[in-house]
Amino acid sequence: MFNYIGKRILHLIPVLLGMTFIVFLIIRAIPGDPAQVILGQQATAEAMAALREKLGLNQPWYIQYFDYLKGLFTGDLGESLRTRQPITTEIWPYLAATFELALFAMILAVIIGMNAGIISAWFQNSWFDYIAMVIALIGVSMPIFWLGLMEQWAFSINLGWFPTSGREEVRDPVAAITHFYLIDTLLQGRFDQFLVTIKHLVLPGLALATIPMAIIARMTRSSMLEVMRSDYIRTARAKGQKMAVVIYKHALKNALIPILTVIGLQTGLLLGGAILTETIFSWPGIGRYIYEAIGYRDYTVIQSGILVVAFMFVMINLIVDILYTVIDKRIKYN
Amino acid sequence: MVSNSMEMKAVEEKAVGPWKEAWRSLKKSKAALVGTVIVLFFILLALFGPLFAPQGINDQNLSVRLLPPSGEFWFGTDDFGRDIFSRIVHGARISLAVGFLSVVISAIVGSFLGIIAGYYGRILDTIISRLFDIMLAFPSILLAIAIVSILGPSLQNALIAIAIINIPNFGRLIRSKVLSVKEEEYIVAAKAIGMKDSRILLRHILPNSFSPIIVQGTLAIATAIIEAAALSFLGLGAVAPQPEWGKMLSDARVHLMTAPWTMIFPGLAIMLTVLGFNLMGDGLRDALDPKMKN
Repeated sequence: MFNYIGKRILHLIPVLLGMTFIVFLIIRAIPGDPAQVILGQQATAEAMAALREKLGLNQPWYIQYFDYLKGLFTGDLGESLRTRQPITTEIWPYLAATFELALFAMILAVIIGMNAGIISAWFQNSWFDYIAMVIALIGVSMPIFWLGLMEQWAFSINLGWFPTSGREEVRDPVAAITHFYLIDTLLQGRFDQFLVTIKHLVLPGLALATIPMAIIARMTRSSMLEVMRSDYIRTARAKGQKMAVVIYKHALKNALIPILTVIGLQTGLLLGGAILTETIFSWPGIGRYIYEAIGYRDYTVIQSGILVVAFMFVMINLIVDILYTVIDKRIKYN
Repeated sequence: MVSNSMEMKAVEEKAVGPWKEAWRSLKKSKAALVGTVIVLFFILLALFGPLFAPQGINDQNLSVRLLPPSGEFWFGTDDFGRDIFSRIVHGARISLAVGFLSVVISAIVGSFLGIIAGYYGRILDTIISRLFDIMLAFPSILLAIAIVSILGPSLQNALIAIAIINIPNFGRLIRSKVLSVKEEEYIVAAKAIGMKDSRILLRHILPNSFSPIIVQGTLAIATAIIEAAALSFLGLGAVAPQPEWGKMLSDARVHLMTAPWTMIFPGLAIMLTVLGFNLMGDGLRDALDPKMKN
C-alpha cells in the first residue's frame, strides 16, 4: 500500500509543476502588453512600467517562473492588484466559505444520492426506480446556474422560506473565528445564528449538490445491481437476512469502489461548480473571489484562486486514490 | 440442432454491420429515441427556426417590455421588449454551433494527439499523457475561465476554451484504443508488408477508433453547451445583444422578482438540449460500445 501511495505522489509532481506553469501563463500569455490590459487604455507609461516591474514582467520568462515557484514554496501567492493585500491572508475566509458550502453540498449529495441509488437497485424496475432515475437524468442535464435562479425564485421570492443570498444575517453578522460559520456559531453558543447559517446554506447547497447527487445515485444503482447478482448476496438473502443488513453490511462494501471514484471526482467538480453557485447566491467563497477578480482584471487573484482550487482538486483525487487501497487491498499502481 | 441454429443466428448477426447493429440497439432503447428526437428537434430549430421566428433577434419595442407569456408573445418579452421565444429560437443556432464546433475541434486535436501517443509511444507518449494529466487536474470550467481570461471574453474565445478543455478526454480515449488495436495481427501484418505509418493510422487504426469518438462526442456536446452557457452567464462568453441562452439567463437575473419568465425559458432550452444529447449519447454508448458502459 505504501508503495502505491509513494508512486502516486511521485506521479503528482509533474502534474503540480505543469499546473503552476499553466497558471503562471495566465498573466504572461495575455496578447499584447499585459500591463496595458490590466491597467486599461488610460494607463500612463509610468504606471505600466511600475506594474511590469512589480510583476517581474521585464525578466526572461524562466526567471519569472522560477521566482513564481519560489514564492509558492514559501506560501506566497502574490499580492492582489486591487486591494494590495497578500492573497495568502486574503484568500482564507473565501476558502473557508467554499469548503463549508462544498462539504454541505457533498453530504447532501452522498446521503440522498446513495440511498436513492440503493433503493432503486433493490426495487429494480419499480415506480420508485423509474422516478428516481428520471430525476437523476434531469439532474445530470441541469445547468446549476439555472437551478440556482429557479430556487431563488421559488423558495426565496415566492415562498420566503430561505434567504435569497449571502452567508449570514447582515444585521447580525457572525463573529468569525475559523471562518467556518457552522463551527464559529457553535463555539460561541449562538444556536440562533447556527440555524440562520443552515438556512443560508440550503439553497446554494442544493443547487451545488444536484449534479453530484444525480451521478452518485446512478452509479450506486448500477454498482449495487452488479454486486447484488453475486452468489454471496443471494446466499445472504436466502438465509433470510434483513434487507438493511444485506445492503449495508455485505453489498455496499463491494459496490463502494466505483461509488467512491464518482464521489472523489464530483467533489473536485463541485469546486468548479462553486464559482457559478457562489455568483448567483452572492456566497463569499473562492468562486466569487475569482469572479470578482475577473471583473476588476485582478490577474494575480485570478491565477492564485485558480491554482488553489486546482490544487485542492488534485489533493481530493489523491485522497480518493489512497482510500481505494484502504478499501480494496488488491489495488496496485499501474 | 439447437447449437447449429444458434451458430447460424450468430453468423447472421455478424453479417449485419456495426452501424446497423447500433441503430437496432438504439431503436430498442426508448430513452435513446427520446434523446434523438429532442436533438433532431433542436437541430431543425437551429437550422430553420430563425426563418419562422415571429421577430428578429433585436427587434426592440419598449412599450411591450417585460410582458408575461401570452398568445402574442409565447415566452413573454424581456426588458427591451424583445420577444423571448424568437431569441431562444435564434439562440439555438449559437448554442448548437458552439457545441458542435468545439467538440469537432477537440475530437480532431485530441484524436491526433491520442494516436501519436498511443502509436509511437515512448517519449511522445510520456509528454502527451502528462499534458493531458495536467489539463485534467483542473476542474474544467476553471481551466476554461483561465483560458478566456488570457484570450479575452468573447463567444469565439469561449468556444476555443471549451474545445481546449475537452481535448484530453478524446486524447486519452483514442490513446487507449490505439494501444489495444496496434497489437492486433492485421496491424502487425500491415507493418510487416512495409505499409507506411500514416496509411496504417488513417486506414486501419482511426476507423477502428471511430465509435468511441462518436459516443464521447455526443456526450461532450452536452457538456460543451452547458459550459458555453456558463461562461456567457459569467460574462466571459457571448456579449449583448447576442441571444445566447446563458447570456439571456445572466440578463434575466435582475428581473427575477418581476419577470421570472425571462429566466425560465432560456434555462429550459439549455436543459432540454443537454438532456437530449445525454440520452442520445447514453443510448449510442450502449449500442456501439457496451464496454464503455459506466
